[in-house]
Amino acid sequence: MTIIYMLLAISVTVAVLFFIVFIISVKKGQYDDTYTPSVRMLFEDELVKGEPSEETKPKNDNN
Amino acid sequence: MEHCYHCGDPCNEQELKHDGKSFCCNGCVTVYDILNENDLSYYYELEKTPGISPQDIQGKFDFLEHASIVEKLLEFNDGSTQIVSFLIPSIHCSSCIWVLENLQKLNSGVRTSQVDFPKKTVRITFAANELTLKDLVILLSKLGYEPYISLDNAEGKKRKINRTLIYQLGIAGFAFGNVMFLSFPEYFQVQEFWLDRFKHVFRWLMFAYSVPVVCYSAKDYFISAYKGLRSKILNIDVPIALGIIVLFLRSTLEISMDWGTGFFDSLTGLVFFLLLGKFFQQKTYAYLSFERDYKSYFPIAVTRVRDRVEEQVPVYEIHPGDRLLIRNKELLPVDAILLKGEAFIDYSFVTGEAIPVHKDSGDKLFAGGRQEGGLIEVEAVKGVAQSYLTQLWSNEVFAVNKQHLFQSLTDKISKHFTLGVLSLSLLATLFWVFVDPSKAFQVFTAVLIVACPCALALASPFTLGNLLRIFGKHQLYLKEAYIIEQMAQVDMVVFDKTGTITTHQKSEISYEGVPLSEEESAILTSSLRASNHPLSRALYDLLKKNNITTLDTFEEITGKGILASHNQQHLKIGAASFVKADLLEQEANRTSVYVSSNEGYKGRYVFQNTYREGLMDVFRKLGKDKDLVILSGDNDGEKNRLEMILPSNAQLFFEQKPDDKLQFIKSLQKQGRKVMMVGDGLNDAGALAQSDVGIVVSENINVFSPACDGILDAKRFKDLPAFFESSKRGIQVIKWSFVFSLLYNLIGIGFAVSGSLSPVIAAILMPLSSISIVAFTTLATYAIGKRLVQKK
Repeated sequence: MTIIYMLLAISVTVAVLFFIVFIISVKKGQYDDTYTPSVRMLFEDELVKGEPSEETKPKNDNN
Repeated sequence: MEHCYHCGDPCNEQELKHDGKSFCCNGCVTVYDILNENDLSYYYELEKTPGISPQDIQGKFDFLEHASIVEKLLEFNDGSTQIVSFLIPSIHCSSCIWVLENLQKLNSGVRTSQVDFPKKTVRITFAANELTLKDLVILLSKLGYEPYISLDNAEGKKRKINRTLIYQLGIAGFAFGNVMFLSFPEYFQVQEFWLDRFKHVFRWLMFAYSVPVVCYSAKDYFISAYKGLRSKILNIDVPIALGIIVLFLRSTLEISMDWGTGFFDSLTGLVFFLLLGKFFQQKTYAYLSFERDYKSYFPIAVTRVRDRVEEQVPVYEIHPGDRLLIRNKELLPVDAILLKGEAFIDYSFVTGEAIPVHKDSGDKLFAGGRQEGGLIEVEAVKGVAQSYLTQLWSNEVFAVNKQHLFQSLTDKISKHFTLGVLSLSLLATLFWVFVDPSKAFQVFTAVLIVACPCALALASPFTLGNLLRIFGKHQLYLKEAYIIEQMAQVDMVVFDKTGTITTHQKSEISYEGVPLSEEESAILTSSLRASNHPLSRALYDLLKKNNITTLDTFEEITGKGILASHNQQHLKIGAASFVKADLLEQEANRTSVYVSSNEGYKGRYVFQNTYREGLMDVFRKLGKDKDLVILSGDNDGEKNRLEMILPSNAQLFFEQKPDDKLQFIKSLQKQGRKVMMVGDGLNDAGALAQSDVGIVVSENINVFSPACDGILDAKRFKDLPAFFESSKRGIQVIKWSFVFSLLYNLIGIGFAVSGSLSPVIAAILMPLSSISIVAFTTLATYAIGKRLVQKK
């Protein structure tokens, strides 16, 4: 029957772990801007096409 | 007509063909080339015509060479790596995000850049030895993303983001979920061996979860209740705080005495829902600032000439007597006297008047004006903080937080509510003391618990929060939700004239006098074309340009006008005195361009303000139940025209100084009026701050507006009456929700008084009342929003 203590301990640990993760993510500012990442995420695919050539050729400064 | 491939503006006469595409100006072509050469043409694939035509910034950012100024702007600096955040008002689409986050392709000195779209800021990390801050700003400006750097940035007050509410909400939600789990077994009241054995563990765990909720998540309610009591106000937080304390203490007592399960589930749920309401009410327009004063408009530094040497000095170091150079499009930071050059000062920031005023040397210029045209040299007569305009901010209204003065509907009701609940619980306790003393304590606490006005407290945040968002969708951006409640009470609306009820997008020009012959009008358009005077340019844009001729002679006399001739026909264009117009006819109050030819005086072009679309309708609708006032800083040149538009009971006042406007609003409020001020420029800032609701009308909401309670997009000016109506409907919704939530409370009190409030009933009743109120207010405000759309 004392297995319930263990189960409780596990459930509390998991809950607290997630809670800590939540606090850390808020602290790091993940909830400050909830819009831009949703747009940024859609860029990646397009970028890959141009990327290899971009990396190999020497960059020319525009200034 | 072709539209520019870069910025999407219609290409007027000077369409440029480049790379098989049409462009409206050279600036746009340059940006296109830069992006193309650097493999950034994906910019144009993401969105159609995403660009912004770059402005001329020649010399504008020279002050960034000053190490002390640069230091103030940088967020981080270790000598080699520097981080800076810029506000870029022109960020508007996904292409903007993309190109700004790919700056390293344009300049290898940039390490990383990150855009915060809602705030319209970009945070750039760059290598100081490869790229200076000035070059970075110039790079951004060349792409059309000119950073907005003002005196405000240099003050170095980094706005701290307050995340307390998210933490509080997170903790409450976390505890609520876990407590619900733990209290579930006992809801069914089954007598089982293991349940009996472990229920104490469960109960103490619930207790442990509730402690941070009471101590941290709910602490603002205790503070607010305490503050309210200290100033002898029974606000809504008093019964809430009382309910939370009683819930917690009784539950703790119950579990330690082994009387029952306690009400930890209701307690955490209550706090969670309340905070959710608060979260919902928070303002949502991160990129709009409602707190701006003149510092957001003013530049950081200006060019000072001392001993024939030009130097950049921070504006706070300008002293009376200093000689300053002001370039095209630069803002004058202090009151000054014009020494040299031709000044056309655009006071649209200050007054809303878009047509620049011509000044001669020796004339006084006021801070806040923007020079249009060439370089001028001025002598400062006052420091920044003592100038005519900036003085306004020393008035105490700018230090008062208006919200504290406002007693909301919820506050008014909660006063009676709290008194009612307290007396009811005392009565019930007294009754039980005589009937069954063992139940007295239980009943007393049960009444306080169940009467906790959770639904009552949620009604207003959800209704107003929803309306705030709906208004935002219709381009009325309010600072905070409580302003809607104030809007519903307004019984007097004060309008500024220029820039508020008139538009500066276009001016109307009418001709009065003898019609010009074909030859004369040809000379007129040709000479206007050659002139740089703002009035000439405005007039030229509005005239037919079909017969441009080459002039034989052309002479522009500064501050007076133009002398032009073609085939022996001489034309004089300009000021009345220059053209020698019949002075009897002259109405000096109106901006006009006079024309005379060989035959003498011909006539004049009168510039008139164009009133906003639907202005008469707005006045008529608002005039039904509100008093209207026009408070203008201008002369009374347009009085007759205004009187025709306005309802007969409206009052008109002219030549009002910024401080007069403020005092005028104050005197109205002393008579007990609820005043809304509708303005636009910095000269209205005092009146906007003093009024109960200060709304700024703005042609472009990304351009800065003075401190106010709300920003209305000029396109929606005609819907002002509809917004008023919606705010009144919103108040109706709140009142109905109060009725509902009181019904719930009555049912709960019925249980409590009879001494049969079990934890299950409390755990059902509380969320049920909250959720139904939220559902009701959401649906009702949605209906209001629908009506607002139909009004369109």
